Amino acid sequence: MQVPAHFEYEKAASVSHALLLLARYGQDARILAGGHSLIPMMKLRLAQPEALVDINGLTDELRYLRVSGGELRIGALVTHAQLLESELVGQHFAILHDAEQVIADPIVRNWGTIGGSLCQADPSEDLSAAFAALKGSMVVQGRDGSRVVPAREFHTGPYETVVAPGELLTEIRLPIRTGAAGARHGSAYVKVARRVGDWPVGAAGAAIWLSGDTIADAGIGLAAVGARNFAAAPAEEFLRGAPASTQSLRRAGQLAAEHCQPVPDQRGPADYKRHLASELTVRALVTAMRRARTPAAGRP
Amino acid sequence: MQVNVTVNGTVFTREVEPRLLLIHFLRDELGLTGSHWGCDTSNCGACVVWLDDVPVKSCTVLTAMADGRRVRTVEDLDRGGQLDPVQQGFAECHGLQCGFCTPGMMMTARWLLDHNPDPSAEQVREAISGQVCRCTGYENIVRSVLWAAKHEGGGT
Ligand SMILES: Cc1cc2nc3c(=O)[nH]c(=O)nc-3n(C[C@H](O)[C@H](O)[C@H](O)COP(=O)(O)OP(=O)(O)OC[C@H]3O[C@@H](n4cnc5c(N)ncnc54)[C@H](O)[C@@H]3O)c2cc1C
Ligand code: FES
Ligand code: FES
Repeated sequence: MQVPAHFEYEKAASVSHALLLLARYGQDARILAGGHSLIPMMKLRLAQPEALVDINGLTDELRYLRVSGGELRIGALVTHAQLLESELVGQHFAILHDAEQVIADPIVRNWGTIGGSLCQADPSEDLSAAFAALKGSMVVQGRDGSRVVPAREFHTGPYETVVAPGELLTEIRLPIRTGAAGARHGSAYVKVARRVGDWPVGAAGAAIWLSGDTIADAGIGLAAVGARNFAAAPAEEFLRGAPASTQSLRRAGQLAAEHCQPVPDQRGPADYKRHLASELTVRALVTAMRRARTPAAGRP
Repeated sequence: MQVNVTVNGTVFTREVEPRLLLIHFLRDELGLTGSHWGCDTSNCGACVVWLDDVPVKSCTVLTAMADGRRVRTVEDLDRGGQLDPVQQGFAECHGLQCGFCTPGMMMTARWLLDHNPDPSAEQVREAISGQVCRCTGYENIVRSVLWAAKHEGGGT
């Protein structure tokens, strides 16, 4: 029987209360959101916090989806299921619905939160790749105020983020860029997993902005394949200004794979993951481009 | 710490350790052994119950997180001895063999039908995709849920 070691439990009544509790317990306190990463880690003693600050009650402050200032704003406590169900999300970022359909299983998605996923910072985490592709940013709050960190600077290593002890991730912001002079936007996420509900062997997300037959801009995110900052910057640079052709997308796939450093594990060898980085980048880009060219209505 | 958890409509006030998992609270503290405890790693779904009306794997939730909330378990499916259509479906369509996965499967099925009274076989499969059955090969579980849908007026 796996049971976490002893810890103090505190229910936060507000964001400022949560920050106060974090300060009181210091280094060894952890935020408890859905608990679907933290509790399994505590059972295995991979995490042994002395105190948990439960933020599940902070739905008024941290559970919302809204458009503001040209951005989609996602409260940290939004669940995977809520992201998947949201029409607002699907309308702007098909990539997020693609990703959520293949993150864990429907029951886990009911309780796992977006903030928890990002702060867990697993190198295989799907949303980190999706948010990297969309060039989003994260709002981190401490007792002295909040700061906005680009998605691509949020992770500092495997299982590590810029969120310091005593701080809280409160919001994810995704820019809604229709682009200059009618550039059209499309996005997609593709993942290969060993079985339904499992973590990716490899996964790629793509966002594309078309201006006529030219790729005005592109974002590519990669999960589980050892991509720096979950992104494929050289491939994005190559695509910027390139013709919107299959050839361009294929080349971007190659570039994405060349810049990955996959680690072999029980999900697959490094070569296979590198192959996936290339192939899945191409597939995500192809779908993103098709969506950019197809009006939102009647989109698959 | 003290918790107040409403389980199947009754409020239970108990003194618990914060690390007590919900599945153990239900089984060991309240004697509600209908919910099963299998993999312990949030993979099998034998432990699925509803927490505030949403299915959750109760081996991955602290009892403390259920404080002030509502839990519904398989013991609450029947109404005064009358089996829920989902339970009838499992009986009619041979939806179980050893029965270990069954309580979790039925709680998920009940939730699915409450939100989608006429699901396709594909939608049933998707709904139970986070749950493992080692006996039936899933075929009869899907049939059971579709039987329930049909007999409560939703299914076609
Ligand atoms: C069976 C299973 C399959 C899964 N499959 C996938 C998958 O395919 N792809 C995938 O990407 N993920 C997968 N996951 C992971 C799942 O998405 C995460 O477990 C979950 O969403 C994490 O969120 P949580 O709310 O449960 O976080 P918690 O477990 O509560 O927290 C995780 C970490 O983040 C910290 N934290 C949480 N919220 C905040 C905050 N607001 N500010 C600061 N720190 C915070 C916690 O202290 C903890 O360290 C799977 C999980 C399970 C159990
Ligand atoms: S015992 Fe909870 S998912 Fe297996
Ligand atoms: S009936 Fe035996 S595990 Fe499903």
